[in-house]
Amino acid sequence: MGVLPYLVAAWIFLAGCYGLATSRNLIHAVGCLAVCQSATYVLLLAVGYRDHATAPVFSDVQPGSRPVVDPVVQALTLTDVVVGATVTALLLALVVQVSKRHGTVDPDALSELRG
Amino acid sequence: MSRRARLWLVAVGGGALAALLVAACLDLPAFGGTRHPYGDRAVRESLARHTANTIASINFDQRAFDTLGEISILFAAVLGCVVLLRQTRDEHRARPEPEPVALPVRRYALAVLPVALLTGLYVIAHGQLSPGGGFQGGVVAATSLHLLYLGADYRALERIRPVGLYEVGDALAVSAYLVTGIAGLIGGTAFLANTLLPYGTFNTLSSGGTVPLLNAAVGMEVACAVVVLLARFLDQAVEIEEGK
Repeated sequence: MGVLPYLVAAWIFLAGCYGLATSRNLIHAVGCLAVCQSATYVLLLAVGYRDHATAPVFSDVQPGSRPVVDPVVQALTLTDVVVGATVTALLLALVVQVSKRHGTVDPDALSELRG
Repeated sequence: MSRRARLWLVAVGGGALAALLVAACLDLPAFGGTRHPYGDRAVRESLARHTANTIASINFDQRAFDTLGEISILFAAVLGCVVLLRQTRDEHRARPEPEPVALPVRRYALAVLPVALLTGLYVIAHGQLSPGGGFQGGVVAATSLHLLYLGADYRALERIRPVGLYEVGDALAVSAYLVTGIAGLIGGTAFLANTLLPYGTFNTLSSGGTVPLLNAAVGMEVACAVVVLLARFLDQAVEIEEGK
């Protein structure tokens, strides 16, 4: 059990990389990038986990009465999610334009330059 | 490069990376351990500043400057999408025709819309008290408006969503964040330092000093940004057509 969550994060990352390298559709590639990024969520939350702990929110938990999980990595994950979502939106906008200009979303068919 | 050669390259590179990652994982502190020095200090600081939600305290107080960078990324990405998805010279706009909507879908969408909008605003307002905050609540509030697109039609959505106004709102929200930071400089402390306002009573809406202000600015920015992003993509899908 000790290192399993970290290995899961590594596996998700590698699965995303494999998808990116073998992708035949740019929308699929953007999805694979999102998979790669979700590996970082798993890794960060796994690093911050503490056994028998609760969420670091003290609106209904008396401070000091229970251990809480690491809030720093949770805040980093939140940052990660927001940046991931915006980057995905920007990449999808690029895919829309590529598909309009070149008539294809297959990265292999996009190898030649066009004026 | 041929497909075969590329697969080989991926296998070799991925295998080496996997070996390195596994070696690194085996050296990490054990999962679920009790030693979290940064987390313990963050919790202590957050309680000292009367912020019940430690994550809000980290995002809008201890790491407020990083959040400024983050909302700048969001702002820049929205700007990029607006530029990339504009109408080009060889395209024209077609008025979308109203489509019939199944009655249960219409009823459900119109019943849930106000509830979802209120939930979004609630999550933003209670960012410093309960799980959630500007980022999460902003997304909920912005997507709730789009229930009108599902329940009625595109024109109804356009009536309650003047995109120009949301673009201005996006910029204003980022400015509000900056102005709150600069207020610290004028008040004689540091940029974005949370020492200007009283910390208030623990676990009330006004607690946490500048945390609720920055949280509200981020909530407004995210809500406006998501509305503008979805508007641009919907424009491409529904209105803009190729050719004259």
